[in-house]
Amino acid sequence: MTDDKVIIAKDLTKKFGDFTAVDHITFDVKRGEIFGFLGANGAGKTTAMKMLTGILSSTSGEAKVAGFDINTERNELKKHIGYMSQKFSLYEDLTFKENIKFYGGIYGLSKEDIERKTGEMLERLGLQHIENTLIKEIPLGWKQKIAFSVAILHHPQIVFLDEPTSGVDPITRRQFWNLIYEAAEDGITVFVTTHYMDEAEYCDRISMMVQGKMQALGSLKELLTKYQSKDMDEVFIKLAR
Amino acid sequence: MKTFRAFVRKEFKHIFRDKRTLIILFGMPITQIILFGFAITTEINNADITVLDLAKDNYSQKFKDKISSSGYFHIIKELDSYNEIEPTFRKGKTKLAVIINQNFGKDLINNKDAKIQVITDASDPNTANILAGYLSAIIQDFALNNGALSPPTMVVKSQMLYNPENKSVFMFVPGVMTIILMLVSAMMTSITIAREKELGTMEILLVSPLKPAVIIIGKVLPYLVLSLINAITILMLGLFVFGIPMNGSYPLLFGEVILFILSSLILGLLISTISNSQQTAMLISMMGLMLPTILLSGFIFPISSMPVILQYVSDIIPAKWFIIIVKSIMLKGMGLDTIMMETGIIVFTTLILAVLAIKKFKIRLE
Repeated sequence: MTDDKVIIAKDLTKKFGDFTAVDHITFDVKRGEIFGFLGANGAGKTTAMKMLTGILSSTSGEAKVAGFDINTERNELKKHIGYMSQKFSLYEDLTFKENIKFYGGIYGLSKEDIERKTGEMLERLGLQHIENTLIKEIPLGWKQKIAFSVAILHHPQIVFLDEPTSGVDPITRRQFWNLIYEAAEDGITVFVTTHYMDEAEYCDRISMMVQGKMQALGSLKELLTKYQSKDMDEVFIKLAR
Repeated sequence: MKTFRAFVRKEFKHIFRDKRTLIILFGMPITQIILFGFAITTEINNADITVLDLAKDNYSQKFKDKISSSGYFHIIKELDSYNEIEPTFRKGKTKLAVIINQNFGKDLINNKDAKIQVITDASDPNTANILAGYLSAIIQDFALNNGALSPPTMVVKSQMLYNPENKSVFMFVPGVMTIILMLVSAMMTSITIAREKELGTMEILLVSPLKPAVIIIGKVLPYLVLSLINAITILMLGLFVFGIPMNGSYPLLFGEVILFILSSLILGLLISTISNSQQTAMLISMMGLMLPTILLSGFIFPISSMPVILQYVSDIIPAKWFIIIVKSIMLKGMGLDTIMMETGIIVFTTLILAVLAIKKFKIRLE
């Protein structure tokens, strides 16, 4: 039963002094699911994500990600997750290939694996000609796609995306979501935060954080019916108020 | 181990692809040492002076010859009257004028006080002092050799130990080495870590299976290696270009060099934990580290002539102790037993800094 769930969180809480950033959130994420994690700025999204990725310890409650406890089994946990932040996160002064070698290297992939995956990735993205180009010379839209491919290079059970499409044009966003779908089909669970409400509609299930609490959780349809709204924008405004 | 190798390889690529880093790393030590070694010096050779010889006798001629042959002075002009003295100073042609009294030779022979007047340009007080000092030594010597002083007074003969020719480069090379090692190690590490934070790659590293210790060691190791190369370069320049002696043991010297580099690296780490951008890291390193080190380490200004409070402050600056250590080993050929206290102080401060840095780093992770 737990095999089908990549994240199980129960009453997960984080306090900074008197301030409760994340307040008893309970939810789970199924394997292969695209899970949208929504909320206004400061609603506790980033804090929750930091706990789930093992860089922040929780104040109370518990959570397992990829079958590992987020507080006690961090080292194992980190091998099985991928992460991409809203800040662009490849090294600009290294070439495409060197970036992949580095990230492959720190996840302990063998030389042959890295070599093979580099080839596959270039082919999938149609970017064979940029193999030895410095990242800073590559257009932003491509970089974003490359960053995502690097985040799932080691085929993690789950990949966390922190507002991956902020500052990207609509066409690139669309292409980016195609990559996310492909990853999900490969069996990689996708946990994504966004503040583009139309993007939320691409997710299998959506959760809404409001002031540290998880106010809503369900599929798009369920949420629209429950809050009698015509789209996610409306749901968001109703809940966030 | 494999992950560690991948990390260190990446660090070296960062370093070799950034021209600014390269210039700071390799250009600066060499320019600094050459600048300090050749240009900035407290000794004065061949200073231009003028002489107004009112006696024009045998003794005054002998005296002038003695001044010229000392190597410190070069007589550019013999003046004819008092009126000419001031204009030469005004034009900046000379730093010092010697006036020999009319009865110079006669007074010497008759055992009366032979009079010499020395005028210096005190708009540059250091030079004026040094020149006046040189000249009085010459005058004393001249007086002695010409049997004029009776009864014989006390004769002081001072001997310069460890640096017989009183070369300032002996002081500057250890000093420059200290400053450069400090700068490269502390500033560069703090900047490189701040850079990862600024670009957001630090987050990725923290989410990855890399252990924080591996990240820190991987960041620091390349700079340890490069700093060591720098130390060797400076040492070679000092030995072969400036002729500084090496009287002590090389293993001991390099042991101390590595210790000092480590302490600076950890200082850099500490700085990086409180700065979120490269600029902050650079500013803190410059203002908080470089300036106090240059001013208070005894590199340029002698510690013994500082106000007492500053003397205490200088005690907590590792650079001060490192300069003492380097000089003791190189110039005096001392062994570890004599520099135990200095070494101990550096080890102690390094440990304190390390504990602080690790704590800070952890807090940031929480």
